[in-house]
Amino acid sequence: MEKILMKGNEAVAEAAMRAGCRLYFAYPITPQSELIEYMAKVMPKVGGTFLQAESEVAAINMVYGAAGSGKRVMTSSSSPGISLKQEGISYIAGAELPAVIVNVQRGGPGLGDIQPSQADYFQATKGGGHGDYRLIVLAPSSVQEFADMASEAFDLADKYRNPVLILADGMLGQMMEPVEFKPIMTQEEIDELGKQHTSWCICPNADGDAKHHHEINSLELDPSVLEKHVLQMYEKYAVIEKNEQRSEIFNVSDDNEVLCVAFGTASRIVKSAINELKKEGKSVGLVRPIRVWPYPYAAVAAAIGPKVKQVYVFELNTGQMLDDVKIAVCGKAPVNFWGKVGGIVFTPAEIQAKLEACF
Amino acid sequence: MEVIAKRPETLTKTPFTYCPGCLHGVAHRLIAEAIEEAGLINQMAGVAPVGCSVFAYKFFNFDMAQAAHGRAPAVATGMKRARPDMHVFTYQGDGDLAAIGTAEIVHAANRGEKMSVFFVNNAIYGMTGGQMAPTTLPNMKTTTSPYGRNVDDIGYPIRVCELLDTLVAPYYIERVSLLSPADIIKAKKSVSKVIQYNKENRGFTFIEFVSTCPTNWGIDPVKSRDWAKENMLPFFKPGLFRDKGAEEVKS
Repeated sequence: MEKILMKGNEAVAEAAMRAGCRLYFAYPITPQSELIEYMAKVMPKVGGTFLQAESEVAAINMVYGAAGSGKRVMTSSSSPGISLKQEGISYIAGAELPAVIVNVQRGGPGLGDIQPSQADYFQATKGGGHGDYRLIVLAPSSVQEFADMASEAFDLADKYRNPVLILADGMLGQMMEPVEFKPIMTQEEIDELGKQHTSWCICPNADGDAKHHHEINSLELDPSVLEKHVLQMYEKYAVIEKNEQRSEIFNVSDDNEVLCVAFGTASRIVKSAINELKKEGKSVGLVRPIRVWPYPYAAVAAAIGPKVKQVYVFELNTGQMLDDVKIAVCGKAPVNFWGKVGGIVFTPAEIQAKLEACF
Repeated sequence: MEVIAKRPETLTKTPFTYCPGCLHGVAHRLIAEAIEEAGLINQMAGVAPVGCSVFAYKFFNFDMAQAAHGRAPAVATGMKRARPDMHVFTYQGDGDLAAIGTAEIVHAANRGEKMSVFFVNNAIYGMTGGQMAPTTLPNMKTTTSPYGRNVDDIGYPIRVCELLDTLVAPYYIERVSLLSPADIIKAKKSVSKVIQYNKENRGFTFIEFVSTCPTNWGIDPVKSRDWAKENMLPFFKPGLFRDKGAEEVKS
């Protein structure tokens, strides 16, 4: 299929539709508004539901209802809106429903600004809402990957009956890059996918079937029963941690004197700096977590070569991923951090200067 | 022996968790009977709120979702949009619907979502132990209005039917009383009509039940009904606000 030049916000919407998403509920917010606008155009054309909700709170609860009905459903927002959705995300996780949430991050805290940021890493990977739960968190670094992650997110959500968050940022949302799409899933394929959920979801009683009474619920007042439920969820998370870590290694070799760790937009800039340093004969490797939960601790640890003097973490925040890198490095090398905040994106030259100082 | 009354199939065998004299059981029964009579047991799904009726998902014998506080109309919207072949309703109390969930109820009504909302107004928060509700009457004492509801400070009770009646889209809006056997029989007719409209996907239908809370009012069940007749009905006047079905028949 030919490549199309598209904004990340539009590409992920198109890809979600192609992956069988026929229900989308959201509220406008910059810098993700092209996503909701694209869905407003595309959903009616494929017989899907586009609904602009009265708030992000309502939108995520519509997602809860649709996910509880066993259908592929998505919502999207940007940082302040994702904060509003946290209550619903906790309920979706607690009720073990499959759903996809896109966060096109902007600068915070509070109303912050509308520029690219990675400041919602803690919210995405360490909780966000209340209670013991985990989100599977995918962190794209290009428009193509952003689009590809839509179908990946739906597959993971269905497989584990767990909400999946795509953690993008204003840069990926607004930037145009060539993107190649997968074919549009047929209605038969979508219907077939839906069958995996009919044993538990809200659905009509089929003729002749025994009457069912399915409950979509996160409430359990008996502590021993709730304990069992939470522990069962943690068994599921352990399986996800074992099977679903994904990372990319870039220029990693035994010659590396510095190993970088960066995700998303930040990782692209680090790659540019590494290529420049290569020309100067300076060997720097990069581990890019493609998924930030489950975190690829083993991949980071394995990439620390014999000559590595320093591990360097670069993020568009004040070091929210730093603790995870330190857990992975486990004292084998000093871990340094540099970041830009407030919606400011560092340049390759700035990263290059930071890395050159390590040699 | 001849059976003259039995549990509708639309209710599970799970015993209700309501206090003695509480009218939630009556409201549940009316809705369950109407759904059974409409032959909708296989295509019906409900949404339980947060509050005393939080366990409604255990009591209705069809698919049920339990929603976050106030969000039932949004959850029901998602369910109906996902499965248009299903019929959905929410069951909500006054704190849930008229305080924390004000935005969700107004906008679900304004969109004309094809759902029914059953709203139980007993002028108080029951589950959390008798706090002031948006429907608490002027000067009424609750645990968070211990000197009586001061309308100069906290405003007047919200009349939800009147508020929703300002919107264009809703198909049916009525306030009924559950305070006497005659009222209950009348209420049943309204519930049946609404379930029939729901079956026919006519639009957004809304019934408010004026009810009681003997436990948190600190009044015995029989006297509670008298108290409600004297104090609640003058402020929350029963009546039909909107019936587009009847208008369509006339025109």
